[in-house]
Amino acid sequence: MIPSIPQPRFLTAAYTAYVTLFFVFLALPLVVVAVFAFNDSQFPSLPWEGFTWNWFFGSERPMIGVFHERGILGAIGTSVLVAVVVSAMSVFVGMTNAFLFNRYKFRGQSVLYVFMLLPLVIPGIVLGISILVFSSRVANGLWDGFEIDVEALRPGLWLVILGQFSFITTIATLVIGARLQKFDRTLEEAALNLGAGKLTAIRTVTLPYLAPAMIGAFVVAFLMSFENFNTTLMLVGSDAPLTIAMFDRLKEGSTPLLNAVSLLLMIGSSCLALVMIAFQRKS
Amino acid sequence: MRAEAKLGLALLLTPLLMWLSLLIFIPHVDVFLVSLRERVGVGQYQISFANYLTFFQEPLYLWTFLRTAVMSSLATLMTLIIAFPVSYYIAKMIKGRAQSALFLLCLVPFWVSELVRTFGWMILLRETGVISNVLQYLGLVDGPVEMLYNDGAIMIGLVYTSMLFMVVPLVTTLESLPDEVIEAGYDLGGNGVSVLREIIIPHAMPGIVSGCIVVFMLSLGNYLTPTMLGGKESLWFTELIYSQFIVRFNWELGAAFGFMLLILSSAIVWGMLKLTGQSLEKTMG
Repeated sequence: MIPSIPQPRFLTAAYTAYVTLFFVFLALPLVVVAVFAFNDSQFPSLPWEGFTWNWFFGSERPMIGVFHERGILGAIGTSVLVAVVVSAMSVFVGMTNAFLFNRYKFRGQSVLYVFMLLPLVIPGIVLGISILVFSSRVANGLWDGFEIDVEALRPGLWLVILGQFSFITTIATLVIGARLQKFDRTLEEAALNLGAGKLTAIRTVTLPYLAPAMIGAFVVAFLMSFENFNTTLMLVGSDAPLTIAMFDRLKEGSTPLLNAVSLLLMIGSSCLALVMIAFQRKS
Repeated sequence: MRAEAKLGLALLLTPLLMWLSLLIFIPHVDVFLVSLRERVGVGQYQISFANYLTFFQEPLYLWTFLRTAVMSSLATLMTLIIAFPVSYYIAKMIKGRAQSALFLLCLVPFWVSELVRTFGWMILLRETGVISNVLQYLGLVDGPVEMLYNDGAIMIGLVYTSMLFMVVPLVTTLESLPDEVIEAGYDLGGNGVSVLREIIIPHAMPGIVSGCIVVFMLSLGNYLTPTMLGGKESLWFTELIYSQFIVRFNWELGAAFGFMLLILSSAIVWGMLKLTGQSLEKTMG
């Protein structure tokens, strides 16, 4: 089936209807989450009790809004902190990896490339437990051998950062590598001919060219880290990032407070994505 | 120059090797070693396959393992069947602005976390939820219907949550198929079905394989969706791993479970790549 080849009207109509239905299916859960953030009730379910802003701005029990809820605000802060550190680390390593695979030929390169892809096909929870087990072994070893207690190796934010970094780096490498692949090497040679040193040429020619991919990789890494659940679940300590904090609350029973947080998340990530799209269109 | 190149290579290799060895390779070997440990006394361990024996001898564990595998395959297949026509529509039936708009619309739900998406389905499916109320309003049912906490709800959640990872590779591969080739198929006497079977699906194979691998992986390793949408009876294998590690504090058995999950997922990924003659570099990179 293709537009240039005529098909029965009925078939095209059915096809369009199917695609429409698909988009309703995609939108439905998000729409209900957003709508029930404004329900003036203790539960995010019908009946509809009227419109309220209290789940955002309310400051008194039983309706404490997002902006007055310390636990949630703290968790958002934790998530942002983790996401920024993870993105910065994975963009840096993604960058060095992209140059390594693009600019050098060495023995074992293709094997190493496959290894680099592996974190994508390891279940997140297995990644989490393996880092948990290994870091505990190192921490116990350090304690038994030298009586040094390394807090960073116990479940907590550092382990969450390492766990997320371990697979997000692959994504960053792929994003940056794809753009480096398209780079015209003669531009760099021109800079060298004009008397630039090798590092100067990379800094003034190659890096600006890669900037959109680096920003793209940063945003994708940020979103993936912010959303990550499986790996984080196994490594989290007392400071829970937002997804874990919301999960704990959801297990106890939900109030429209969670809808309000979710709506803010949707708005936040849509803005981030729009910024990224605008940026990439400009370049 | 030669020495400089060597230095550059070494500098670029260092972060890669540190990342892969310290965070991927050694931790997984370590999990395997822990899974081979059997506790014989306080702080005393010996090497044995006891944990794996427990896994194979306890029907609940084995049953949950198989159930998770089968349901993940089913979810993958359903995602493919639902996503393929939509991807084809986006890639081939529309052009220009509408095309990029629709493609973007597919991505929107995945900018928010899986938790929010699952929460949305909970609001829709539960007894006091939207769908139950709509059905009552329409007079199709007499009382509230509970659609949450069963395997069907898990399936919906899994299919929904991994949809993106099927649509994107499918759209990308289908877009690269020139219209002329499809037209030629029709000119040579093919009909809709034979063109689909002989031209479109073979061309889309790399996309189908990479989509299926990612969706299967995500379903198999999912913890959130089965926990939130499934009932008491619908156990998922990741829940067993979690409870051994965090609740029971039996890391040895938990490590064995984790390793079994890793073997299963690797085997299926490897099998799918071999079966279709694809390589990991091509499908992922």
